[in-house]
Amino acid sequence: MPELPLWLVWVIKAAVIYGALLSVAGLMSLAERKVSAWMQYRIGPNRVGPFGLLQPLADGVKFMFKEELVPAGANPFLFRIAPALAALPAMLAVAVIPFAGEIELFGQRTTLSVTDLPISSLYVLAVGGLGIYGIILGGWSSNSKYSLLGSLRASAQMVSYELSLILSILAVVALSGSLDLRVIADAQQADAALWNIARAPLAFLLFVVCMFAETNRHPFDFAESEPELVGGFHTEYSAMRFALFFLGEYCAMTVMSCLATVLFLAGGAIPFWPDAPWWAELASFLVKMSAFLFLYLWVRWTLPRFRFDQLMRLGWKVLLPLALFNLFATAALMAAGVL
Amino acid sequence: MSSVQTFDYAPGALPAAQGSTSEGPTSELPDDPLHGELLRLSMGPQHPATHGVLRVVVELDGETIQSCEPMVGFLHRGKEKSCESLGWAKFFPHTDRLDYVQPLMNNVGYALALETLAGIAVPERGQVVRVLLMEVSRIAAHLIYLGTTAIDLGAVSMFFATFKERENIYSILDAYTGHRMNNTYVRIGGVYCDVDENVERALSEWLGRFPACIDEYEKFLTGNRIWYDRNRGVGVITREQALAWSLSGPNLRGSGMDWDLRKRSPYSGYESYEFEIPVGTVGDAYDRYLVRIEEMRQSVKIAQQALARLAATRGAEVLAEDRRYVLPPKAKVHSSMEELIFQFKVVTDLCLPRGEAYHAIESSKGELGFYVASDGTSKPLRCHIRAPGLQNVQAIPLVAQGRLFSDMVAIIGSLDFVMGEVDR
Repeated sequence: MPELPLWLVWVIKAAVIYGALLSVAGLMSLAERKVSAWMQYRIGPNRVGPFGLLQPLADGVKFMFKEELVPAGANPFLFRIAPALAALPAMLAVAVIPFAGEIELFGQRTTLSVTDLPISSLYVLAVGGLGIYGIILGGWSSNSKYSLLGSLRASAQMVSYELSLILSILAVVALSGSLDLRVIADAQQADAALWNIARAPLAFLLFVVCMFAETNRHPFDFAESEPELVGGFHTEYSAMRFALFFLGEYCAMTVMSCLATVLFLAGGAIPFWPDAPWWAELASFLVKMSAFLFLYLWVRWTLPRFRFDQLMRLGWKVLLPLALFNLFATAALMAAGVL
Repeated sequence: MSSVQTFDYAPGALPAAQGSTSEGPTSELPDDPLHGELLRLSMGPQHPATHGVLRVVVELDGETIQSCEPMVGFLHRGKEKSCESLGWAKFFPHTDRLDYVQPLMNNVGYALALETLAGIAVPERGQVVRVLLMEVSRIAAHLIYLGTTAIDLGAVSMFFATFKERENIYSILDAYTGHRMNNTYVRIGGVYCDVDENVERALSEWLGRFPACIDEYEKFLTGNRIWYDRNRGVGVITREQALAWSLSGPNLRGSGMDWDLRKRSPYSGYESYEFEIPVGTVGDAYDRYLVRIEEMRQSVKIAQQALARLAATRGAEVLAEDRRYVLPPKAKVHSSMEELIFQFKVVTDLCLPRGEAYHAIESSKGELGFYVASDGTSKPLRCHIRAPGLQNVQAIPLVAQGRLFSDMVAIIGSLDFVMGEVDR
């Protein structure tokens, strides 16, 4: 293998990881249809490629060539830029996810993540929180009442669930004593008893619930809510901009699943195999991440949808107090030396 | 029901009297410069949750419905007038297209009105076949209610679970009547023809299997906390309101009124079947859901009894022998001059005696009544259809006032109407 300068290795690494993220997001659009089909006595897409595996590509081509409509009275600039604003933050957030430990790449020793930040968990939350702007602006600029209602719901929902999400992560941060996702993952080690899912089960539960709300996924998909709002914020979108919203949603789901894996399931660590090679760690990471992605789909196609005020009540009156309690309980247990 | 007159709910007065029953947030900010400005939203006629082409104009204060007005007529095809120009017998296919999720029920309702006017007695086996098909249709219609309401409240897979069983019903009805939908199987004086035992066996096997499916639906929904929260306390119609707004069927029974035409004024021999009438206590969407679930179970019971009677009366006539209204058997038409004349007269010039008649049946949506008036010629004087769906649509403002916008879909779903019947 030829030796390459470090910056080039980083570029290659970033390209591979972003390519993988977009592929996973594309495959999720297929998985969504396949899983729903299995749950609904159907077959799902099976015409394009083996098992319909090339369906996302066919969809992409279709979306590219569709006519794009900007509704009359819409704010054209915001209307056009909103889908990008929705998709970009989720893609940015994946930069700090530690997929596996150190690898040797073209003669350079490096880690399998785009970059390593000492405050990477803060970075994910900060960047991920921006995703809502795309939805709010997209809904507002569409000049449609349904879209406006959808984006208003999305903003209210974001405020109520981000808090509990951050508080549940804070408990984990307290346990590992670091904001660095890599340190958090490494601190849990290969012993399953030390994983945060076992040490902070309540935080895990809260995180999973908030993760659904954070990504606007069913049963919290009020911004979309097709029976009453006909699609909510994206009612007026067509062609590739419409697809971008979904790409953003699937990327956000993937990032949240990665985050859950790192925070609670020790990243790529494998029980009883402390010094697993990087490829085994990567495979283990992907398996754990896929489990969370499947959970997204499983819930999506099983449960009815909450009503908006019920969601707010759940967020403010149940999850937030629980998250606060969890944080204090974790701190108290740590002070007592139990954890 | 004489008690109907004692309540003075003028339709215009109700919204104010109903007031705000919402648990959700209502705007209480008098200093807000935008306070009082409402968002006027036209929901439909193209809207995923209005079950066809209903249009509801809603005025929203935030997410709260301040006023709402259903508008019907987008599917008006002039069915009643069609009857007057087509003649009595040729209107049967049009009744299929009224409430198109239960064509056989409409067929029977119309046939019963004509038979009442003409004084025709349907042979017993014909009545049993009608009861059997009506109950199976009721199950199919309630399955549509369940699937579409679930999909409106976000439980998409439920829709496929119910439509899978509905598909089985339609396959059996296909074998039974020759059509999946729009069966036109019922004739004046009975049903078109008898069927072989294989179809009855398939039906009996399906009926044996179906209660387990209902259990599965209930596992999905009845105890589901989200489903409960979305339906309990939503769209509450008190018993008095239900009577004043002349609701019928599951919507009336959900409000606690023990009223079912199959028990109160039995037709087609319903008095001889054993079944129970489920009744709700609160009158909300959840009660109406439970009532319909239980009605499906009762319909299975009735259909099984009907199947047993079919086995007992095998070989008997299903169509009355009345040459004035009923076509003679085809074999006889080819060999007998008189029968040929009868056939010609029935097809071209079917006259009902002078007079008028009204007959109502308990359809899956409520009291489905046909009023027919004849001047003794082959052209009907008047055919009016009392479709329960229209009353159900009228009840939307009654219960939507002050609720959240999301409740609108639960209310529309739980009132259960089909626009083909509402607009006619």
